[in-house]
Amino acid sequence: MATAPLPEEAPAPADLFDKFQPLIDQYEGLMASGLRDPFHLKMDKILSPTRAIVGNREIMLVGTYNYMGMTFDPDVVAAGKRALDEFGAGTTGSRVLNGTYQGHAECEAALRDFYQMDHAMVFSTGYQANLGLMSALAGRGDYIILDADSHASIYDGCAMGNADIVRFRHNDVADLEKRLRRVPEGAGKLVVLEGVYSMVGDVAPLAEMVAVAKAAGAMVAVDEAHAMGFFGENGRGVFEAAGVEADVDFVVGTFSKSVGTVGGFIVSNHPKFDVLRFVSRPYVYTASLPPAVVACSAASIRKLMHARDKRAHLWAASRRMHSGLRAAGFTLGTETAESAIIAVNMPDQETSARMWTALIEEGVYVNMVPPQATPGLHLLRCSLCAEHSLDDVDEIIARFRRAAATADLPLSG
Amino acid sequence: MTDTPPGTTDITTGILPRLIEIIEPFNKKGIALDATTSFANDLELDSLTVMDLVAEIEDEYDIILPVNMLPDLETIGDVPAPSRR
Repeated sequence: MATAPLPEEAPAPADLFDKFQPLIDQYEGLMASGLRDPFHLKMDKILSPTRAIVGNREIMLVGTYNYMGMTFDPDVVAAGKRALDEFGAGTTGSRVLNGTYQGHAECEAALRDFYQMDHAMVFSTGYQANLGLMSALAGRGDYIILDADSHASIYDGCAMGNADIVRFRHNDVADLEKRLRRVPEGAGKLVVLEGVYSMVGDVAPLAEMVAVAKAAGAMVAVDEAHAMGFFGENGRGVFEAAGVEADVDFVVGTFSKSVGTVGGFIVSNHPKFDVLRFVSRPYVYTASLPPAVVACSAASIRKLMHARDKRAHLWAASRRMHSGLRAAGFTLGTETAESAIIAVNMPDQETSARMWTALIEEGVYVNMVPPQATPGLHLLRCSLCAEHSLDDVDEIIARFRRAAATADLPLSG
Repeated sequence: MTDTPPGTTDITTGILPRLIEIIEPFNKKGIALDATTSFANDLELDSLTVMDLVAEIEDEYDIILPVNMLPDLETIGDVPAPSRR
């Protein structure tokens, strides 16, 4: 009787996490150095748009994107409380099913008024707004032409759709023009730009770029996430400040920065725009924003229309921060304060982590940008808030100087 | 025109010498380059470097190599023949 051969030792099943080992090693190395963990900071209390309690100490918040300081605005908070009482905690449904309440409609009305555009569509996050626009609008045979430094949500939206994706060099008008020339004649084209790029806070030359895109017959989408509230006469964004409102087909934005809540949107004058409500999967296949969130957002957007003094103050604070850090010898991401983002260059990851920890010890929170977001650059990113007083700014700069000494960060000059 | 290596055509064989000239500055490991050289495994190019290389090739032939097509380009021989319009 033949005996069955012994089964060979089965190979160990592959662990799908193995590919993350380099990242795990890098993170554990950082933690083993005894520094604070920049990616898991817990805020125990939020006192205001610019102050929080971590453990038992008060820290100044200088990395929140809460540009206009609307999170504690009494009118905004009151609108949210009212909606929570009257409409409940959540909608439990998609915008196209049971998830459109009066508050969502009012929020879209506020956006139409703010942008003076015909159509507005509210998504549950800004990420989903970009995902929904890129993936739905450009199909097979169409081209999306985007800046190489575009936000992850734009890239992910492109990856989700079927269009051909073409990158041009960051903020390079001639390179955009050259690449547009290579797109086959007759193909649908969408040029995707951002008003402010969030890593170093630089601004796009939108007047030139939009002109080049329009000359090539492309539609233009501009993401104004980091510009809404304080660029342009009415705070609409860089496209308003650049005077190209009539030539921009879509403006994408978020509620999680200047508006002070969470959510995303697209506004447009295109007569067929609303069909996106049926074909944009990130809009259809997710639950809508809770009633309190849309109520807060609508109240905030309406107040931002008239926030001229806050705007002026935010610019003054940003310029003071930039010139003060520069005078102190820090190397900054931009020559001047182009936006409310002031990025401080660090020589390497270790110094960056030391400096971040020293700043927390001084009572200052900034963003330590994860290295994978800006390959080749190590950034500590500050963003100013209209609620930072000029004295706050001077205090932040003084703490930066002391932290640099603690962290052995060489300063120039 | 028989026996062309997999992933190449006679037209790409025609552009291959120039293509290799363009890629040579990105060849930090100094390996021998031919149609079967893999961008990821042999040249070990990171995503940023790939973008610079793609831009060089696009400019040389005045073509578009869409980002979404890049995963299909495993070897130098996979780079398509330029189709000028």
